[in-house]
Amino acid sequence: MIEGILIGLETAFSFKNLMMVMIGCFAGTIIGMLPGLGPMTAIALMIPITYGFEPSTGLILMAGVYYGAVFGGSTSSILINAPGIPGTVATSFDGYPMAQQGKAGKALAIAAYSSFAGGTIAAIFLLIAAPSLSKVSLAFRSPDYFGLMILGLTAVSAFSAKGHFLKAMMMVVLGLMLASVGQDTLSDIPRFTFQNMNLSDGISFVLVVMATFAMSEALTIIFKANDPSRVAKQISLSQLGSIKLDKIETKKMVTTIPRSSVLGFIIGVLPGAGSTIASFLAYGMERNFVNDEEKQKFGKGSVNGLAAPETANNAACSGSFVPLLTLGIPGSGTTAVMLGALLGFGIQPGPRLYQTNPEIFWSVIMSMYIGMVILLILNLPLIPYIARVLATPRTFLIPLILFFSVTGIYLMSFNNFDIYLMIGIAVMATILRLYDFPMPPLILAFVLGGLMEENLRRSLLISDGSWSFLWDRPLTMLIMALIATIVLWQCIKSIKTKSS
Amino acid sequence: MNISPSKIISLLFFIFSGFYLYTAHQIQVFTFDENAAFNAKTFPIYLGYAGLVFSALYIILPEKKPSDVDLKVLDYKKTISLVILMIIYGLTILRVGYFLSTSVFLVLSYIVLGERKWFWIFILSFPFVAIFMYLLHGLLNIYLRDPFLQYLGVMG
Repeated sequence: MIEGILIGLETAFSFKNLMMVMIGCFAGTIIGMLPGLGPMTAIALMIPITYGFEPSTGLILMAGVYYGAVFGGSTSSILINAPGIPGTVATSFDGYPMAQQGKAGKALAIAAYSSFAGGTIAAIFLLIAAPSLSKVSLAFRSPDYFGLMILGLTAVSAFSAKGHFLKAMMMVVLGLMLASVGQDTLSDIPRFTFQNMNLSDGISFVLVVMATFAMSEALTIIFKANDPSRVAKQISLSQLGSIKLDKIETKKMVTTIPRSSVLGFIIGVLPGAGSTIASFLAYGMERNFVNDEEKQKFGKGSVNGLAAPETANNAACSGSFVPLLTLGIPGSGTTAVMLGALLGFGIQPGPRLYQTNPEIFWSVIMSMYIGMVILLILNLPLIPYIARVLATPRTFLIPLILFFSVTGIYLMSFNNFDIYLMIGIAVMATILRLYDFPMPPLILAFVLGGLMEENLRRSLLISDGSWSFLWDRPLTMLIMALIATIVLWQCIKSIKTKSS
Repeated sequence: MNISPSKIISLLFFIFSGFYLYTAHQIQVFTFDENAAFNAKTFPIYLGYAGLVFSALYIILPEKKPSDVDLKVLDYKKTISLVILMIIYGLTILRVGYFLSTSVFLVLSYIVLGERKWFWIFILSFPFVAIFMYLLHGLLNIYLRDPFLQYLGVMG
């Protein structure tokens, strides 16, 4: 492991990669800060650029963007009560009241220190957990992988859909259908191409991500521009106040950070749970841990109430890399985008990544930590200046997002068909989002589609066409039992809501 | 009788799944693969059935939380205008070239969205695209087809 860490440090500390982490953190912060644009959009916009780089450099840039976007999301939550991403909604509960009390600088500092501490502790957990889990995951067979993918898709649908489980499952099927377009990987037989040469290689992953996130996000912002519920209240960006914390505030954070980190990391590892659930659970847990006097301050500018979700959401980000790096199965929409990018580089993450591409495995883990440090020392002092991005008029911002999206696809394919297909998917995604059809399950399914079919093919061929492979092995049976539990839980929840 | 838009979308998805399933059955597989445990059409067929089941369930079961969208506050004019501009941009990007089509697209998009600061409209279009092109084409060596600039003799 020490050797691996050294390889990772050597790769991550090269001048080029250090620059990439810095650029990634900076770009991610700015994009994440803009309400409506989250880490998935930020990473999606970066993918076309990363194709010119080595895989480790590309992944390091994306990891930096990821952390930057999460940090940026907290900034807009605190300053204008408009969370850039769902994972920072809980941050606004106490962050925004603090900002209204003239302590915006302090709130931003608490968010930055908590994110740093949560991310650091989780990076250490990742360092320990990932190699061990890699060894364990070597015991996984095709049926287990197939089961794990269904588990991931079901869990993401259950958690991300906010009570719209069936809608999320429809999006999963749609994502898998889109992934099935193009030549079959084994037999090269064309499927759903309708004799169109542009479809024979399938639909590009970048195209789908750009269309369903960057482009449809931009269109949704314009579509709902007149919606009064989306108008954010702006506080003065020139009066952020001091960023220094006193002893009592520091003491409060010291008690909150360790427990929220552990919780955030564990939640992050679970497929589908992610930073949103981690931050809400940490907020709820912290409220139960503090004394009655502090409890009264929750929702009115509590230090504990701000530190807990901020720590947990960053810890969950690190945690979500565990299933991606060790099993090759993303646990969230954001890591699904990263898996897609890795596959684009010709790298298959999984238990063998640890042995076949140690420089990628370790440099990503190391760069996460470097990213945290950069976020703290670079972004925090610059916050008063970076925050001015929030004042960028949407009249300029939206066309620029659309321009970057179209350019990204144009540079990859140099044909009009892909641009039209992207516009078509973006329009469809905008309408679907309007009626609460979630997009993360679609992306996750699109990325996993090929792998899922491959593992189902192997499983069915080994078992001679019988579906008994789903319960032949105890591990597969356990995974299937988990899937059944999630589905059952959704059914019970649905019946309860109906009766109440 | 009011049918919620989510149910209409589900109905459309049901029809789409049916079409997908029909097309999946039409996939021509090799003769020796016809009776294999798994061939090129096996997975799509399962997907087609899954789509039919989930959408049918959504249509049949009562909605517990209907999505509440106030259609009156949506800005159709600007959104449709932007989509049309993007289609025209996609049409012209190869024929006219990257520089001119992108710059014009940006200018028109800013105007459509109500921007009237002409100085910034200009800065964030022609010079901005020129710098961006230089970064891509000049520094990163990424090829950008541009008949317009080639005609002017700016690009080789």
